[in-house]
Amino acid sequence: MTSVSVRDLTLRFGSLEVLSSLNLDINEGEFLVLLGPSGCGKSTLLNCVAGLLDISEGQVFISGKNVTWEEPKDRGIGMVFQSYALYPQMTVEKNLAFGLQIAKLPKDEIAARIKRAAEILQIEPLLKRKPAQLSGGQRQRVAIGRALVRDVDVFLFDEPLSNLDAKLRAELRVELKRLHQNLTNTMIYVTHDQIEALTLADRIAVMKGGIIQQLDTPLTIYNKPVNLFVAGFIGSPSMNFLKGQVELQDGTPSVRLGENLLVPLAGYDAQGTMSDGQKVIFGVRPEHLTLTRDQTSGPSLPAVVELEEPMGADSLVWLRLGDQSMSVRTESNSRFSPGEEVVVTFDLDHASVFDANTEERI
Amino acid sequence: MAVAKRPFRWHRNLSAKVAAIPMIATAGIVFVGGTAWTVLYSFTSSKLLPKEKFVGLAQYERLWSSNKWLISIENLAIYGALSLVFAMVVGFLLAALLDRKIRFEDTFRTIFLYPFALSFIVTGLAWQWILNPDFGVQNVVRSMGFENFNFDPLYNPDIVIYGVLIAGLWHETGLIMCLMLAGLRGIDEDIWKASRVDGIPVWKTYVFIVIPMMRGIFITALVLIASGIIKVYDLIVAQTGGGPGIASEVPAKYVYDAMFLSQNLGQGFAASTMMLLSVVIVVVPWAYLEFGGKSRRG
Amino acid sequence: MDKVADLNNNSLSAQGDAGDRSVSEGPRGEKPKRVLTRRNIILYGTLIVVALYYLLPLYVMVVTSLKGMPEIRLGNIFSPPVEVTFAPWVKAWSEACTGLNCEGLSRGFWNSVRILVPSVVLSIAIASVNGYALANWRFKGAELFFTILIVGAFIPYQVMIYPIVIMLREIGLYGSLTGLVLVHTVFGMPILTLLFRNYFASVPEELFKAARVDGAGFWAIYFRIMLPMSLPIFVVAIILQVTGIWNDFLFGVIYTKPDLYPMTVQLNNIVNSTQGVKEYNVNMAATILTGLVPLCVYFVSGKLFVRGIAAGAVKG
Repeated sequence: MTSVSVRDLTLRFGSLEVLSSLNLDINEGEFLVLLGPSGCGKSTLLNCVAGLLDISEGQVFISGKNVTWEEPKDRGIGMVFQSYALYPQMTVEKNLAFGLQIAKLPKDEIAARIKRAAEILQIEPLLKRKPAQLSGGQRQRVAIGRALVRDVDVFLFDEPLSNLDAKLRAELRVELKRLHQNLTNTMIYVTHDQIEALTLADRIAVMKGGIIQQLDTPLTIYNKPVNLFVAGFIGSPSMNFLKGQVELQDGTPSVRLGENLLVPLAGYDAQGTMSDGQKVIFGVRPEHLTLTRDQTSGPSLPAVVELEEPMGADSLVWLRLGDQSMSVRTESNSRFSPGEEVVVTFDLDHASVFDANTEERI
Repeated sequence: MAVAKRPFRWHRNLSAKVAAIPMIATAGIVFVGGTAWTVLYSFTSSKLLPKEKFVGLAQYERLWSSNKWLISIENLAIYGALSLVFAMVVGFLLAALLDRKIRFEDTFRTIFLYPFALSFIVTGLAWQWILNPDFGVQNVVRSMGFENFNFDPLYNPDIVIYGVLIAGLWHETGLIMCLMLAGLRGIDEDIWKASRVDGIPVWKTYVFIVIPMMRGIFITALVLIASGIIKVYDLIVAQTGGGPGIASEVPAKYVYDAMFLSQNLGQGFAASTMMLLSVVIVVVPWAYLEFGGKSRRG
Repeated sequence: MDKVADLNNNSLSAQGDAGDRSVSEGPRGEKPKRVLTRRNIILYGTLIVVALYYLLPLYVMVVTSLKGMPEIRLGNIFSPPVEVTFAPWVKAWSEACTGLNCEGLSRGFWNSVRILVPSVVLSIAIASVNGYALANWRFKGAELFFTILIVGAFIPYQVMIYPIVIMLREIGLYGSLTGLVLVHTVFGMPILTLLFRNYFASVPEELFKAARVDGAGFWAIYFRIMLPMSLPIFVVAIILQVTGIWNDFLFGVIYTKPDLYPMTVQLNNIVNSTQGVKEYNVNMAATILTGLVPLCVYFVSGKLFVRGIAAGAVKG
């Protein structure tokens, strides 16, 4: 069943179109992440769903009800913000109670809901404190608690972990995932951090320029990005892009990346649609390449080592391939020295070919 | 699924609109309406009461042939030019001194700024007393043996405006100093470190680096002093009453006298319209420089 | 329009910096240095001379007000009183004459209080709600009127004096304290609205959004979220208004009548009256009495006063 549904949503500020006829269906209990660089419209979209921005065109449905022109409080949503947005002059308890008091809920009901939320989030000892006396992680728990006590179907998260340091971020990420598993509410989560997106999401919507570029499961987005932007945005270290040209030999396409550098595409999904001489960009992630000193059985090319970046668990080796460069993830104990001649082997199941003009996946 | 139309809701944000009613009334009725009314009636022959008998520029011709108005304008020009220069220079120098990481900075700042908390009436009366030739500075110096010492600005028509200037500067320099100090404090500490590393003398750093960086503050101070000068009224009333004779009259006093003492409303309207015009001449270029320029850059 | 606000933001934030840099980083504690360097002598010497010049009028006023008239006639205005007398203060407060009325300055003082309190309350109440509406509940036309309001702050009062006389006469408030309170509210609006608008605009927008998701409306957010967290700016506004309204002369003399004159107007009438023998000691006592309220505000409020005038920088 659909929980949140956005139909042809357009938002303009004057003549500037921030969101262009977006369509998005989110299933009940789904964890959907809106991912994109800053300025892509992801937070704006979330604010439109929350009712904090008046949209120019289109409709928004939440739990089957058309809420396009409803006030935020009547939409059945709870929201968690990047800056926590706790009311500084109120204690944690009053922060949690504020919305319920406005809704004129009976006192014992308010107390019961606060108790439950505090238990779930383990913030009972903090209830009498003011936000200024809390750490960043504690504040964000309270902010989540404020959404929790509202007892709503849909949670909206606007970059909730961005203000935390790396360690806390990782901890709270796990907690959020656990929370979602226990609560089974629908969650819409905005972030620019691909790790958060990949780890938390049931589905990810990658956005750019007010348009959803790709909406799919994390694995599909990682392995089969629909265009150059998504391919480049997802994954760290980022995907290698090599310029090339298609060459058809007996109907089987290969990509020529340079002199003596021909990668056969036998086994690639869409080899039938390629034409001879088509300019393409060949994309492959550093972790889907193998580096050896001797010739191997798979499709492989000779290359020269430029430098190595040790990263602890593994190393990133930068190679020169004709007049193009690329990086390969290797085990950290297989030291390569600059200038060394090596062989790169491709895993074509995990390669992507994009048309150089349209930048779309072939 | 059902489609919801954008509701027509004039009452949307109703509370905000209600809250803005005083502002709308003030801006629309008092500021725009009042100003337009005065400008319009400056072309009438209104005397004791406003009346709609239009006489073209007659009030302005009378105004510019009035000795009192010409003296007012001259006084304003002298007072304005000197108080601009002195307030800016002294204000900046004091701020620069206070910015040299001195002890008792707060004490000094408190002393320099306290006159600004006082009204112009108090300021004018205090300086009227100090400059009193029979008891004040002149008398004290004479009693010290300098029998021929003359310093009676408030009783000498030729220099009375300088006597007012002393009081005016005493009142406002502290404010300018505070603004300048804020500007100096807004300058990146690294600028000073860099100029020390490069071996640039302190005064050169001020003149060639710091002052150009404080352009915005200087312009704010300029606009502030300039628009204050045009309104000068209380100080004159308290310190000299416009005298001796009409030697220290100013436009704001001319307006008040015409409207409320000599029942000559038309003259008052014409004179106040001239004041408005002079503000427009000061503020419009500033607004253009400050805001027009920004949008071009940005 | 935001550009006008920028200007003010600059002065406000710059002012904030001014206070903070005295505790700059770096090594602390005693530095081995000579106190009497040439630089220090010039620096402190200049500052002390200028400070004396600034203190001189206050000193002269105080010593004059404590002397008897014979001593003033014979002596030097800078010399301290030989025989301290508080009679001039008593006379200034309760016996000094303006025209036929000889109740002293106390009447003007109480008039000023009766003008001050409602003016401060009303102007700040209206301007804070208005600034909040402008910062957080933008609606069509709001910016236009706000622009007019700010530009209007530069218009010389003289241009608007007479139309206001007519308006007040029409609603029957000309010559009354209520009328003067309205005038102060109107002319305090540009700077106060700007002050509050900028302050509320600097409150994180997410806080406002969170309150809306929580279901709070215009007034609930104002009273329960914004008001409790903006006490400092209210103090700044109060300082600004108390000193400004107390020191007003022009509006007081135009919009009230003699028995309702505020203290400044009455002071001027006492000192500059042409009748009778001049009693300089009484005059100076009266002058100090009139200046006492803003001076107290100034010395008590300290840095907040500075912040207030920095905010008032665009007022002109």
